[in-house]
Amino acid sequence: MSGYQPIGGKLFTKPFNLFALLALIGICLIAYRFIFGIGAASNLNDGYPWGIWIVMDVVVSTGFGCAGYALALTVYVMNRGEYHPLVRPAILAGLFGYTLAGMSVMVDLGRYWLFYNLLLPWYMQPNSVMFEVAICVLAYTVVVWIEFAPAFLERFGLHNVRRKLSKLLFFFIAIGILLPTMHQSSLGTMAILWGHKLSPLWQTQLLPLLFLMSAILMGSALVPFEGNFASLGFNRPPETHLYSKLSTYVFLLLGSFILIRLADLTLRSAWGYAFEQTTDALMFWIEMALYIVPFVLLFKRDNRSNRQIIFILSVCLLLAGTVYRLNTYLIGYHPGPDWNYFPSIMEILITIGMFSLEIALYLIFVKHLPVLHRAEAEAA
Amino acid sequence: MKRRDFLKAATVGVGSIGYTGSSQALMREPLKMPPQAVGMLYDSTLCIGCKACMVACKQANEMPPEFAGTEQRLYDTPLDTSGSTLNVIKLYKDGTREIKDRAQDGYAFMKTHCLHCVDPSCVSACPVSAMTKDPLTGIVNHHADRCIGCRYCVAGCPFSIPKYEYHDAFGQIQKCQFCSHLQAQGKIPACCDVCPTGASLFGRMEDIQQEAKRRLQAKPGDTYSFARGMLGGDQPPHEAKIPVYQQSVYGEKELGGAQVIYLSAVPYDKLGLPTNVPDYAYAAITEGIQHTLYQWFALPFVLFTGLLAAVHKSTKEEREKDVSSTAYEEDAS
Repeated sequence: MSGYQPIGGKLFTKPFNLFALLALIGICLIAYRFIFGIGAASNLNDGYPWGIWIVMDVVVSTGFGCAGYALALTVYVMNRGEYHPLVRPAILAGLFGYTLAGMSVMVDLGRYWLFYNLLLPWYMQPNSVMFEVAICVLAYTVVVWIEFAPAFLERFGLHNVRRKLSKLLFFFIAIGILLPTMHQSSLGTMAILWGHKLSPLWQTQLLPLLFLMSAILMGSALVPFEGNFASLGFNRPPETHLYSKLSTYVFLLLGSFILIRLADLTLRSAWGYAFEQTTDALMFWIEMALYIVPFVLLFKRDNRSNRQIIFILSVCLLLAGTVYRLNTYLIGYHPGPDWNYFPSIMEILITIGMFSLEIALYLIFVKHLPVLHRAEAEAA
Repeated sequence: MKRRDFLKAATVGVGSIGYTGSSQALMREPLKMPPQAVGMLYDSTLCIGCKACMVACKQANEMPPEFAGTEQRLYDTPLDTSGSTLNVIKLYKDGTREIKDRAQDGYAFMKTHCLHCVDPSCVSACPVSAMTKDPLTGIVNHHADRCIGCRYCVAGCPFSIPKYEYHDAFGQIQKCQFCSHLQAQGKIPACCDVCPTGASLFGRMEDIQQEAKRRLQAKPGDTYSFARGMLGGDQPPHEAKIPVYQQSVYGEKELGGAQVIYLSAVPYDKLGLPTNVPDYAYAAITEGIQHTLYQWFALPFVLFTGLLAAVHKSTKEEREKDVSSTAYEEDAS
């Protein structure tokens, strides 16, 4: 028994129309970028070769997309079956996070028409962190579609295929946990190559570990965040009881993350940079506050079952992960005094378009495919 | 292994790999200077800022002029290396700019282009082998036909050398290739060939390094015969006095060493070279981490096997129930 159900209802609601419009604007501007080049559409330059298309749409977006990964880790590895109702919406978040990250990479690649060179064995360069990230992200995007396939197969009544797939699904679930472990940590390793260009507030050999932990934290936070909007928007009962148990794991992981981060800054004697009057220092403290506030809130057990507080927590953690990754990839990255970067209007609209496309597709998917859990759907 | 034990082992494993703090435990062996390495010595004190090397570079590589420094489009005025410029003479200036090669109230010239690192970050960064280091000569070459344009080499180069052609919808990465095409014909890089004072000097890496040491050991004020073009070549030398050098050769050790090395009378950071850097390449760290985590694919394989067992077990009920029951279909129809 699947237990998931499409929630149905009118598709062209006001929010949907808004997000669809923003997505459409983004797509038109992407066409502009392909016709006139990266320089015409963006403020990217040789000092800052990577802007928000990479940092927001890929590095941050796949962090959000780790919802499926974080839940699979809890449900299947820790064997916490009670969280099962949350799995499919989480996988859906991963599906969009990664698929749209892949699309954004194609927008950002300067020579996208040679993309297939990544797959030619005689060009592969296994020493490259970028190679590992690219291959893993590509592979995981395929895997996450397979993990989500039962929803399509149920919807369109292909039960024979679904039964066959469900026998093999454990294999894809396992790969679906392995791949994000590999590439989310490598996203951290990637920044180590920048050496002195990255501020000591973020430059550390622990980047792979910290990025892996930040991915699980972002993924875990996305589940109640999305769930809260689903329950408000579709008038469904909240799944607070499930989040409150999940929050114990988040509490422990978050505590370890903060501890490692502080210990690492101390061991490398990097605290001085946190007390300078710089954007780096300001952003560092914003990042720290966004990690520490949820940790303090989670300390009190009562808070873990309070719906409002869980929502605030999830927002803080998503922002914390966003700011941490933004800081590591952009704010703390200093190519030299002659270079500046602030995204152009077109760049920003393309990024907004990508995230809007994600939300619009989410609305289509939950209304027409069995994504949200039945028990709650019936109670609504 | 029980699931709990597996998780514990996995956590400890990942933790200990990550935890090296300030030590370099995970560093891979630094790459060594190739056997037939060729190189360049740029002696800032000899440079007169004539920019003949910039003109020769553009001609040799058939690149267009760039009008960045002036409003009048009269002649090539790039401010930095770019998609159209592989070599730039820059000026350090301070206060009244009275005396050449003096840090205070003085000025000095700097030549900016690819340093052809011994352990290059760009080669390590590139996912599709579009950046290569010649195993014999050590020249770092870029192959546009392989490049996917991810620009990780641009971000990863500690000297910010590779540049992308942003103005072009079908742009490519550009960087100094040490005039590989001229060297293949037995010639020397264009910038060294035209340099009137020998500020840019081409030669075998070993000879170049010795020459740099000789200059450092010579007594300031003594007349010295500075070779021009190629060390041991047929161009007549340039006679000049030995200046008061900074007592180190930049590029000898910095970031794992380079095949373009520098001499200067003003501190190297004034010339825009990163000085507060380790004597190993950052790529030695990233590759060290990758090699530790992925050697023989052993760790991922162990992790995967554990995950497979755990997931197989925890999905057992789900799997059997789904296969044997037709409840869903009945329910759905």
